[in-house]
Amino acid sequence: MEQAEKELAQELSCGENAAKESQRVVVTVVGQDQIGIIAAVSGVLAQHQVNILDISQTILQEFFTMIMIVDISLATVSLQELQQLLKEKGQEIGMEIRAQHEDIFKYMHRI
Amino acid sequence: MPITFTPEEIMETIRMVRAEKLDIRTITLGISLRDCGDSAIKTVARKIYDKITRQAERLVRVGEDISREYGIPIINKRIAVTPIALVGEGCQDAEDYVLLAQTLDEAAKAVGVNFIGGFSALVHKGFTKGDEILLASIAPGLAATERVCASVNVATTKAGINMDAVYRMGRIIKETAELTKEAGGVGCARLVVFCNVPEDNPFMAGAFHGIGEPETVINVGVSGPGVVYHVVKENPDVDFGTLATMIKHTAFKVTRMGELVGREAAKRLQVPFGIVDLSLAPTPAIGDSVADILEAMGLEKVGGHGTTAALALLNDAVKKGGAMASSYVGGLSGAFIPVSEDAGMMKAAEAGALGIDKLEAMTCVCSVGLDMIAVPGDTPAETIAALIADEAAIGMINKKTTAVRIIPAPGKKVGERVEFGGLLGSAPVMPLHPYSAEAFIKRGGRIPAPLVALNN
Repeated sequence: MEQAEKELAQELSCGENAAKESQRVVVTVVGQDQIGIIAAVSGVLAQHQVNILDISQTILQEFFTMIMIVDISLATVSLQELQQLLKEKGQEIGMEIRAQHEDIFKYMHRI
Repeated sequence: MPITFTPEEIMETIRMVRAEKLDIRTITLGISLRDCGDSAIKTVARKIYDKITRQAERLVRVGEDISREYGIPIINKRIAVTPIALVGEGCQDAEDYVLLAQTLDEAAKAVGVNFIGGFSALVHKGFTKGDEILLASIAPGLAATERVCASVNVATTKAGINMDAVYRMGRIIKETAELTKEAGGVGCARLVVFCNVPEDNPFMAGAFHGIGEPETVINVGVSGPGVVYHVVKENPDVDFGTLATMIKHTAFKVTRMGELVGREAAKRLQVPFGIVDLSLAPTPAIGDSVADILEAMGLEKVGGHGTTAALALLNDAVKKGGAMASSYVGGLSGAFIPVSEDAGMMKAAEAGALGIDKLEAMTCVCSVGLDMIAVPGDTPAETIAALIADEAAIGMINKKTTAVRIIPAPGKKVGERVEFGGLLGSAPVMPLHPYSAEAFIKRGGRIPAPLVALNN
């Protein structure tokens, strides 16, 4: 209920406080399954004070897919810097790693 | 904190962007230039340049930031301004507004936007002094610039059709083609003739900042023919009700993205958020075609019988889904059917499956009109004017926006191709009817407002 109210308020204020309230980012990792994926990604996150809120992993259309919800409110880097760091790590381990602000999924899949 | 999305939802969004070319087609910053008037044209030019470069200084940067943070491509950042006919009207010393077109071009270059719209006039009932000067400046103004877009509204449901303006536009289109003939008459790709023009359209070349708009405003145009195509193709056997529902769901998701990006851009630029334009805007890229959607519905070739019905269903489903997804909907909102900017339309036109008459019929049920069509360079101005009159009549009677953006490609004949480059694509030169409308067009005057206008 509280969550719904908060979302409604956010909606009404044209998402004015969205940046403050929502510092959650969705990290997706896609590619061939291998040892050490979580370690590699969480290593980058920990190094920059990014808190992991949840992790799920699954096989989607034959690809290993890991999805992390992370909180960057205490992070030592900006979202854009984090995206770059994760992209580099992805190239290193041969996976595609993306970090996107949570709102894009919220807007598209939740009303 | 649990994951609030399923992996399928997250991957659906990513797939839409990566594989199906979902993008935000444009964020367009509307800027009022009503306070830029002066009796000296050089002062007007300076005020215009200063205001645009000040207001739009951060537009491109903000667009790029949002694009990166959300992982959504934002293809174009653009500017729409108050119709220049109004802004320049007070100039006592101006014989033309070419200087103002050049000023818009320079301002667009300075802030890094690829198009700026608003070299425009609204003349559906007649011409003021400023309108006359603007019309005379369109061809040289477009020839002297690269990024300026011009539009003229020649008809409304409430006022009827200004046939003098229609004829003038026929001649102006010819003149523009002639002045830009080195580039295939590309100036005409930046010139639109409207009936019932919307004042908050974010899409070029018809964008301008309407008279009822605030000081500045952000309008967003979404796109996603590829996403809709994917859904239609994956469901070859469902009936029309089910198909319409599936398109609505997809349009809803696409529009939500536009809503998010529009609000975020408005917030960061500290500008009011205007509207989301719910359009399916194709590009020449493979897989980004409205024609492909119609063919995936079961038509052998777009342009054949059944095309109008298929487009009507598509257009309506996109609007229904989109309208639920956004708090403010506006602009053109519907499927675009430009020939040169849509690979499937181009193929159908080249194969002879799609002709001008079917295109005209299609404009009755979709968002705009005869768009980006190349015709032979020796087409008489009267024939082009007659084509505009037909299109304006469709808009006037059906209380909808219609438009004509046509390129009489200099020196080209039916069957040849014209290359415009980039988003504008390339177009086969299409045949028009050879019979003259000269005597009809030369009557002049106004076609009176239709009975449907009397609804008070």
